[in-house]
Amino acid sequence: MALAQADVLAGLKEIVEEVAGIPAASIEMDKNFTEDLEVDSLSMVEVVVAAEERFGVKIPDEAVTDLVTVGDAVNFIINAAK
Amino acid sequence: MSRRVVVTGLGATTPLGGDVTSTWSALLAGQSGVRLLTEEWAQTIPVHFAARVAVEPSEQMERVELRRLDRSEQFAVVASREAWKDAGAPEMDKERLGVVIASGIGGVTTLLDQYDILREKGARLVSPHTVPMLMPNGPAANVGLELQAKAGVHTPVSACASGAEAIGYAFEMIAQNRADVVVSGGVEAAIHAMPMSGFAAMKALSTRNDDPARASRPYDLNRDGFVLGEGGGILVLEEYEHAVARGARIYCEIAGQGLTSDGYHIAAPDPDGAGVQRAIKFALRQAGISTKDIVHLNAHATSTPAGDVAEANALRAALGSDADHVAVSATKSMTGHLLGGAGAIESVFIVKTLQDRLAPPTINIDDLDPAVTIDVVRNTPRTLPAGDIAALNDSFGFGGHNVVLVFKSI
Repeated sequence: MALAQADVLAGLKEIVEEVAGIPAASIEMDKNFTEDLEVDSLSMVEVVVAAEERFGVKIPDEAVTDLVTVGDAVNFIINAAK
Repeated sequence: MSRRVVVTGLGATTPLGGDVTSTWSALLAGQSGVRLLTEEWAQTIPVHFAARVAVEPSEQMERVELRRLDRSEQFAVVASREAWKDAGAPEMDKERLGVVIASGIGGVTTLLDQYDILREKGARLVSPHTVPMLMPNGPAANVGLELQAKAGVHTPVSACASGAEAIGYAFEMIAQNRADVVVSGGVEAAIHAMPMSGFAAMKALSTRNDDPARASRPYDLNRDGFVLGEGGGILVLEEYEHAVARGARIYCEIAGQGLTSDGYHIAAPDPDGAGVQRAIKFALRQAGISTKDIVHLNAHATSTPAGDVAEANALRAALGSDADHVAVSATKSMTGHLLGGAGAIESVFIVKTLQDRLAPPTINIDDLDPAVTIDVVRNTPRTLPAGDIAALNDSFGFGGHNVVLVFKSI
């Protein structure tokens, strides 16, 4: 099932806000998870697991290291859901 | 030249209050922090009550901090922030700053909650924060991280003596010139069906379900066990000259500690109390004072039938006729028993006692056990003498651990 970018971004915003306490309004496609949003490696695991549950996709551990920005994660999820 | 160690900051979150000031005033007023538990599980185990903290950490911390910290770690961070601020947040070389915070059981509710998730939802849903949350050194480690302490972060574990042992360890760190300032104390967060069932199976807990506020009754003839409490206490210890140089407010001095072990039984106290007597002797010797100088003792006194009398006998034997001028307070009658946090909050109480010259009361003694021959402060606070005075904290733990700390006015 194809996912719309806006829907995935909105969902990720909710997840990152819940996990890292970052206000959803400050989470955008070009934000870096570690440098801009202070999502450390442990919290990134939480983000990934929550995103898998929410969007019904599989995000393999080896792919997680390439998810540097929010946009990287949004695009990965859209592609994985195709 | 031995380095003197003083107390320059206090913090606490307890069943009587979310900070030191509110806790201390409730303690002097003789209030009980023990209540019926409202959780459904409480009705399924033999004991339906405990002493939860008066102020939930959710009212004291950010939500994102709460989800990454076990409840015991939350207590440590809350109380340490208060203590650090109370000490004037010293600007210092962080390589000379240490943290020693104990817990008797560690992140037991995290362990049990995550085990439920593992069984119900599978391994992938187990939180990546599980291990840093359940490790017993987690409270100390999180406080050390927040303060950027680099002289050493430590966690002695000796069951219900842990909190006092942590303060003793911090005292040694400064005395031996490893650090100039050490944030020390103890915390516990074990109010959960499983550990409570374990204590109940040992017959260690009071089962006075029809009257929770009267259940913790140290030295009363009809005491039937301890009441589990939660929370923690933190003391900022500092080398005397360091404190003077920065113009810090100095509460009192920690002058000595005594550490012994019973070699008797895994849970029961040695009825002779020989280990307790030796710990008192060693602590007084290190402090360079005699039994004549002691005017107050905050007792371990948990409200168990065997423990209270064994302790009282040991105190009478160790202090001799000088026990007649020692005002003994059993504050667990109000706070419940904080296990690894007990020796720490009771040390906070001693510091406040020396400052205000008021020994807190012991509540719920309707009929003093005739086997208790020490001078127990009952119902209302007692004024202590002016001039140079000293007070003791004794704490004991399952495993036969005995810790005695000496506090001196300054």
